[in-house]
Amino acid sequence: MGGPSRRGNAVLVAATYLTVLAVLVLPVLLVMVEALRTGIAAAWRSLLDPDALSAIRLTLLVTLVATLVNTAGGIMAAWLVTKYRFRGRGVLVALIELPISVSPVIAGLVWLLLFGRQGWWGGWLDQHDIQIAFATPGILLATLFVTFPYVARTLMPFMEQQGREAEEAAFLLGAGFWRTLWRVTLPDARWALLSGILLTTARGIGEFGAVSVVSGHIPGLTETMPLHIETLYNGYQTVAAFTMAALLALIAMATVLLRSFLEHDFRKASS
Amino acid sequence: MSVQIQSLTRRAPNASRKMLDGVSLTIEDGAFVALVGPSGAGKTTLLRTIAGLDGPYEGTVLVDGQVLAGRPMRERRIGFVFQNYALFRHMTVARNISFGLDVLPRGERPDRGAIAARVAELLELIQLPTLGGAYPDQLSGGQRQRVALARALATKPGLLLLDEPFGALDPIVRRQIRRWLRGLHDQLGLTTVLVTHDHDEALEVADRLVVMQNGRIVQEAAAETLDAAPATPFVMEFLGEALEFAGRVAHGRFLPDDPNVLSFAVSAGDGPATAYLRPHEARLVAAGGAARAIPLTGGQGGLRRLAVALGTREVEILVLPERLGQAGTEGLGLDIGRARLFRDGAPLAGAPPVASGQELPRVTVG
Amino acid sequence: MVFCLRRRDGLPGLSISIAFTLVWIGLIVALPLTALVLRPWQEGGGAMLRALHDARMYAALRVSFGCAALAAAIDVPLGLLLAWALVRARLPGRRAIDALIDLPFALPTAVTGITLATLYGPTGWVGALLARAGIRVAYTPAGIVAALMFVGLPFIVRAVEPVLRGLPPELEEAGLLLGASPLQNFRRVILPPLLPPLVAGFSLAFARCIGEYGSVIFIAGNQPFHSEIAPLLIVVRLQEYDYNGATAIALILLLSALVCMTGVAALRRRVSRGLVARGAA
Repeated sequence: MGGPSRRGNAVLVAATYLTVLAVLVLPVLLVMVEALRTGIAAAWRSLLDPDALSAIRLTLLVTLVATLVNTAGGIMAAWLVTKYRFRGRGVLVALIELPISVSPVIAGLVWLLLFGRQGWWGGWLDQHDIQIAFATPGILLATLFVTFPYVARTLMPFMEQQGREAEEAAFLLGAGFWRTLWRVTLPDARWALLSGILLTTARGIGEFGAVSVVSGHIPGLTETMPLHIETLYNGYQTVAAFTMAALLALIAMATVLLRSFLEHDFRKASS
Repeated sequence: MSVQIQSLTRRAPNASRKMLDGVSLTIEDGAFVALVGPSGAGKTTLLRTIAGLDGPYEGTVLVDGQVLAGRPMRERRIGFVFQNYALFRHMTVARNISFGLDVLPRGERPDRGAIAARVAELLELIQLPTLGGAYPDQLSGGQRQRVALARALATKPGLLLLDEPFGALDPIVRRQIRRWLRGLHDQLGLTTVLVTHDHDEALEVADRLVVMQNGRIVQEAAAETLDAAPATPFVMEFLGEALEFAGRVAHGRFLPDDPNVLSFAVSAGDGPATAYLRPHEARLVAAGGAARAIPLTGGQGGLRRLAVALGTREVEILVLPERLGQAGTEGLGLDIGRARLFRDGAPLAGAPPVASGQELPRVTVG
Repeated sequence: MVFCLRRRDGLPGLSISIAFTLVWIGLIVALPLTALVLRPWQEGGGAMLRALHDARMYAALRVSFGCAALAAAIDVPLGLLLAWALVRARLPGRRAIDALIDLPFALPTAVTGITLATLYGPTGWVGALLARAGIRVAYTPAGIVAALMFVGLPFIVRAVEPVLRGLPPELEEAGLLLGASPLQNFRRVILPPLLPPLVAGFSLAFARCIGEYGSVIFIAGNQPFHSEIAPLLIVVRLQEYDYNGATAIALILLLSALVCMTGVAALRRRVSRGLVARGAA
């Protein structure tokens, strides 16, 4: 094997552990320590606070809807882009990936430009007493934008190397579009799909910047979990802030671990 | 089921290159036809167009006298087997086979028991009665091949289309499956179209061969006719090793440019011509030239390989072992009396009937 | 965009997937970004010019771009180290480390923000140590760099890793057998093929960092002209109901990110072509 020598390997491993520990593990450790500083009971109580519960509820609702919409859209877009060849395909892929490189603050701002009081349709909405900006719909829109690409992006490479023979076979055997998608393509791509959904969910739950711009920051009403963390932290409720942070950190850890296993799985399945 | 194709043309997407160029072909009910040709000739494209997989195209494709484009697949009664089988990886063998029945609308779908019975029957037919619960990943190449066939046959198609179905199999399995497929064709009364780039395979299994090149059909004939009277030098060379001799026709004789090659009688007009023949059809005669022969290692079908040094080049021919004695002697002439003659890429009208060899029927080119 | 919609046969579902995809992209991405691009011209070019005449904005952009570049640059060797260890080393716990590398990407930015602020704060585990050495990180631009380093690291690793995996280890051995010193070997044999993915990873990290908000604002101190990042200034302008000012900054950030992404796309094409050529040789 062309690997490094025994001593070289030891140095490399040590340096890697040190980097991972200092850069990646230390912060997560700190979150847990800070959350449990006054005991697990206090941490648990802080989660049962009505504002905290409301933030959790709002976050789950918004993430659920955003994930559903972007999963459906992502599946259709991935199908379109990988099963057909047409001009403008590259532009479509670029558009799908665009939100990744857009600052979260901008992802919030754009919705204010449409639905804010000074926005294109702000006046009309005001007259009809419809609240989008600084309310749940605005938070949902911001989350939709931020979580937009992930299902499509995870599915596309997998479905690309799937080819289209299985779909053609299903079609020749009499299956229509929905049936082919549901019974042939998606079952085969299920791990990639699940991995994409996981990432979408994690990004949705954790989104801060975009949501912060379009939320009215009203505790108990328009605060998601990350926004509530900010409020708590700035109000010097450190334990409560870190308890909620720990909850989110655990979700993030579970997500990356699960995704790593899934990816291993579908890489193996596709080779 | 019969297939009539009339002046079918298909262009490559985003390009003006024609993948199929004015193809017309009739396949009779019950025929076993092989589409052969080098890669890129348009064989697979033609097959996929018959199946209705790719569009749009110009021209007409009729199956049993009807246009199928736009009709639902399940009404078409076409079975298709892909080169890499395209089995559904996440389904068991049984589910793969029953897929075409499972997706029928509720009114037309047989009940569970009938589907299970049909699957069992097909598993029996492909000689894998115990593998219904296995997944495609657990099967060998030959087994997958047969499952793909069973899946295509489950809905009782009249027309079976096979795209390079033996490509990924080892030679022994290949031969077995080939024979089995031919038996199945006869037993079920199918019309079968097979795409292959292997002419030996086509010769063994099909009644008729359709030779394609650059999106066109070059020749369509029974196997023996193809070899005896190829329509172009390409067909001659595609069907096997061929030797080429330039020359001209004068006064009812073909005169090779090489003085060591013997002339022979033809009934064609004067002018340049090229002769092609198989290495085993050439014979060495004791006089008439200054050629030398050197025995080589190897041979095929009981014949031995011999290098013949002509004036400016060397050709390799196949001879019976007892004629190896000629090797080493000098002053030989090469008899190519069984050659096919071409002028400007077309067979020379009135070229002689192939001097009757035992293995070749007498055929005249019209 | 031109779609080949006329299709008599072929795989079904083309029109329905086109319709679905266009509506999805149109409503969630294209429509709001169109608003962003058109907004500045709505009130005439004058308003836009005034918005661009803003020293605080340029200071914020300087902070954002400078810190992002520095953080991405520091991440390059760290990312290379991690990618190298993942691909080449006999690394116990490789799977766990592989998963952990994506953590900055999955960890909510607010969590990152308060955590790093506490970690590097005057009484934090790292901050207290550094304070004894007379170094202040939290509430200075150094804090911004620290936060962005955390955010940008996965991009470098994930850009380099696949290319490294595609390089045969024999290359290094060949270099060494030909008499190159380890340093020469690294510079002449190993680094050149890794340069494009490193640049791509740098650009990706940089693009992500200039827009980063949540993980930075808690640690940055947010003093105008000193430690105020551009995304935060957008929020400030919005709170002042200065939509033009906010839009101007947003457009500059968006444009910079797009330039980075286009560069990355070009690099990717070059890398994949290179790999293909190598494969064919």
